[in-house]
Amino acid sequence: MAILEADGLKKHFDGVAAVDGVSFAIDNGSIFGFLGPNGAGKTTTINMLTGLARPSAGKILYQGRECTQHLKDAQHLMGVVPDESNLYPELNGFENLCFCAALYGLGKAEREARARRLLETFGLADAAGRKFAGYSKGMKRKLTIAAAVIHQPAILFLDEPTSGIDVASARQIRQLLADLKREGTTIFLTTHYIEEAERLCDRIAFIVNGRIVANDEVAALLKPVQGRFATVFTFQGSGPSLIDNLRSTFPDLDFTPESQNQIRVKSTGPIAIGPLVRFFEENRIEVAEARRVQPSLEDVFVRITGIEALVMKKEKEKQGGAA
Amino acid sequence: MKHWIAFWNIVVKDMRAYYLKPPNVSWGLIFPFAWTAMFFIKSGRGLESVLAVLPGVVAISVLFGTTSMLAVTVTFEKKSRSFERLLLAPIPLELLMLAKTGGAIVFGMVNAFVPVIVAVFLADLSGVAWWQVVLATGLISVSSTFLGLFIAVAVSEVFEAQTFSNFFRFPMIFLCGLFFPISALPIFLKPLSYLLPLTYGADILHGAFHGGNSMPIGLDFALMTLFCAGLFYLSIRNIHRKWIH
Ligand SMILES: Nc1ncnc2c1ncn2[C@@H]1O[C@H](COP(=O)(O)OP(=O)(O)O)[C@@H](O)[C@H]1O
Ligand SMILES: [Mg+2]
Repeated sequence: MAILEADGLKKHFDGVAAVDGVSFAIDNGSIFGFLGPNGAGKTTTINMLTGLARPSAGKILYQGRECTQHLKDAQHLMGVVPDESNLYPELNGFENLCFCAALYGLGKAEREARARRLLETFGLADAAGRKFAGYSKGMKRKLTIAAAVIHQPAILFLDEPTSGIDVASARQIRQLLADLKREGTTIFLTTHYIEEAERLCDRIAFIVNGRIVANDEVAALLKPVQGRFATVFTFQGSGPSLIDNLRSTFPDLDFTPESQNQIRVKSTGPIAIGPLVRFFEENRIEVAEARRVQPSLEDVFVRITGIEALVMKKEKEKQGGAA
Repeated sequence: MKHWIAFWNIVVKDMRAYYLKPPNVSWGLIFPFAWTAMFFIKSGRGLESVLAVLPGVVAISVLFGTTSMLAVTVTFEKKSRSFERLLLAPIPLELLMLAKTGGAIVFGMVNAFVPVIVAVFLADLSGVAWWQVVLATGLISVSSTFLGLFIAVAVSEVFEAQTFSNFFRFPMIFLCGLFFPISALPIFLKPLSYLLPLTYGADILHGAFHGGNSMPIGLDFALMTLFCAGLFYLSIRNIHRKWIH
């Protein structure tokens, strides 16, 4: 059964469509990934689904009941982790969690017990008595997630939960999300980390310019690229400048820049490395590594949206740097 | 859903986080003292004028103790986004805003009794109609808190909220008959006086302390209640319109 359905949701800001008619259904107990570049409309969609923004058009159904105009009635089902931590800087970790639990009507003994348990689970027990203002970014994000699940919501919304934080915290958060799913919580996750979505989600929707361009189970999304072959070359110097030259020399192969010094080569058949290495040698470019890779969701995303994986990566770095 | 748990915890959190902080407490004490002293010195009269000045001082203490508080509990939290947390909670917006204003209302009433306690030592208060004082102080506190709420919802920066509340409250000192009777105001200012809720609250206080009200007390109470309801309704409507885009 679907816990949440969106039907033709639209949101206009001053006549410009930020979200342009998105529809989807999220199965109870699943992880749904909303994947798209910056400005695609992910946050705006979450705001509409949680009652922070009013849709310009469309319908929202929770557990089969329409509540587009009265989302208050469904808010007890939701836990929300916004893209920026929004707890109270002057309260400590424990007080923040207890306060959030109180907003959902939990009694004192219950909220204190749950707060202690969550601080333990999230590895924040030692920081429980410290003011939130002094937490690191990763700790802030973890406490914000703890605050969102303290009333045991049926569906948890997370807006880019791992962007801009340290690698260890990000890994821990992914583990926690997997645990929550196992306990039966439905998760709505926005991200622009393609591998993260692939690893965590049962179903993924790609959103670009306010429209969903693909929405399927991960296995089904991967189908078109299965049987495709890919190799990533890493160079000592800069490689991607050669791309045009490569494309004309090897018309059967598909080349995309992977990073500053990496090129991804794709093909429908096995890739012969020899001619490529010789080509690089002739152009005085030293190959540090040639690595065979499984086709991934990244390839699917590039195929469907036409957006280079590099663009998403750049945005990811930009965000991480600014944060 | 047990809404009262949420309500109570919001009030307690705001009290602890904002109202009971030393700067607010000392401001709440010093301010009424300063006003009281100033008016005694300026009037040049003796202690027999305490009862005539007390209503004005009480009203001002409440006004200044409440209006700018919402700049912190609402505008500041809106800006730091923690207010979203409250909007996401399954609490009716009206109840939520009553909780956000509840702390300020109580704080205002406590402030009001600072000058009253001082006056106990300076004058004979045996003829005072205390129930009217308490009710009027309550209504003044509610109406000026809601005025603060109205301002806090209308602006987006904390300093704007503070500037706007001064824009309202300083003229109110002179227009609401706190220290000078409205009848002494120039004719073109009088209509303005009757548009301000504090005018009616001050009138009840004058009546309660020294029998000097100029309108029927019942009418004063009715109009005050109306003003409170109106300001609250407008604030809620603005939140719906402006914050839930
Ligand atoms: N309050 C707003 N007013 C005007 N435009 C907005 C507002 N919020 C978002 N937008 C615009 O809507 C688009 C989608 O934004 P958003 O939902 O934040 O994207 P994402 O979360 O996918 O990065 C962007 O072009 C953004 O500039
Ligand atoms: Mg966003």
